[in-house]
Amino acid sequence: MSGSAADCQYWERLLAKECRLYRLRNNHRISVAAASKLLSNMMLGYRGMGLSMGSMICGWDKEGPGLYYVDDNGTRLSGRMFSTGCGNSYAYGVVDSGYKENMTVEEAYELGRRGIAHATHRDAYSGGVVNMYHMQEDGWIKVCKEDVSELIHKYRKGMF
Amino acid sequence: MLFTCMFQHFGDPGKMKDYHYTGPVEHKFSPYAFNGGTVLAVAGEDFAIVASDTRLSEGYSIHSRDSPKCYKLTDTTVLGCSGFHGDCLTLTKIIDARLKMYKHSNNKTMTSGAIAAMLSTILYSRRFFPYYVYNIIGGLDEEGKGAVYSFDPVGSYQRDTYKAGGSASAMLQPLLDNQIGFKNMEGVEHVPLTKDKAVQLVKDVFISAAERDVYTGDALRICVITKEGINEETIPLRKD
Repeated sequence: MSGSAADCQYWERLLAKECRLYRLRNNHRISVAAASKLLSNMMLGYRGMGLSMGSMICGWDKEGPGLYYVDDNGTRLSGRMFSTGCGNSYAYGVVDSGYKENMTVEEAYELGRRGIAHATHRDAYSGGVVNMYHMQEDGWIKVCKEDVSELIHKYRKGMF
Repeated sequence: MLFTCMFQHFGDPGKMKDYHYTGPVEHKFSPYAFNGGTVLAVAGEDFAIVASDTRLSEGYSIHSRDSPKCYKLTDTTVLGCSGFHGDCLTLTKIIDARLKMYKHSNNKTMTSGAIAAMLSTILYSRRFFPYYVYNIIGGLDEEGKGAVYSFDPVGSYQRDTYKAGGSASAMLQPLLDNQIGFKNMEGVEHVPLTKDKAVQLVKDVFISAAERDVYTGDALRICVITKEGINEETIPLRKD
């Protein structure tokens, strides 16, 4: 999630509540498409009022893995790869050039790490650590929490 | 009246005007005021500290030298709020009421983490006319370890080890980053923070803040939270 911290935290916590209610009422897990639509409809309800949120909903359902981009305008897009936030253009440059159709999991981790590291290097508003989560079929795992300044020194050895 | 003014201006261009007419002036009512104040919280292994100065100011005036910004919520949780005093008072009233309601419904006291999550939703309920308050909660979590939760005015929050908020926060936070977080230091041993060292550090940083920030001073109220209870201490600061 990117944009206003309060908006992201509040609406995504509300989405988690709705997904939990769905599971209890319907006795099966909500699909990624439905969950992302719930969020985008919440955003549409407050359109024009100044909310700021750009997020990606990622999960597994009976269609397989799913990824949706949802933002405060009510935009909801399904895709194979997204990047949001003020540093997104820098990240897109890196991940678009490194993306391959049949990447292994380790290659994908490294690509994600590089994308974030390079974005934080150039964008003034991004920085800190790379928090990486892998959404697997039976749940999420935390992959890493690495400091970006150490990463950028590793990647651009000759530059500093 | 309007026409008279305009006439005189063009009639006597060389003469000094004995009034100032700048044009139509729009007066606007602002529902907010800035009352100053700085708050700080530190979490240790088995303790937490919440400290605030006691000066209440507005513009160039001081309303009170004895208005602490730490509010005791439960036996293990203290809330520090600074910003607009009116909103601080209303917010603490609402939190007290909600704590009572929770106690009556659930037959237990709210934990620090639960209070933090609740405060987030209370703040967000006023997303389009925010409480102008910078909140920091300090307390003990369910395992007895120190916990600090810091908020923005519209409810975003996270758990920290230490945080400064309010008018002198930009002066305090880097010092805490260096002394507690060991940031920007190389080759130092990361010793865990003891309660006495932490209290001394809090006193030192506030003395520094009172030197340079006009809105911070008069006295420092420190609340030390341990499993034995909450211990309050007041020490004087610069009054200028």
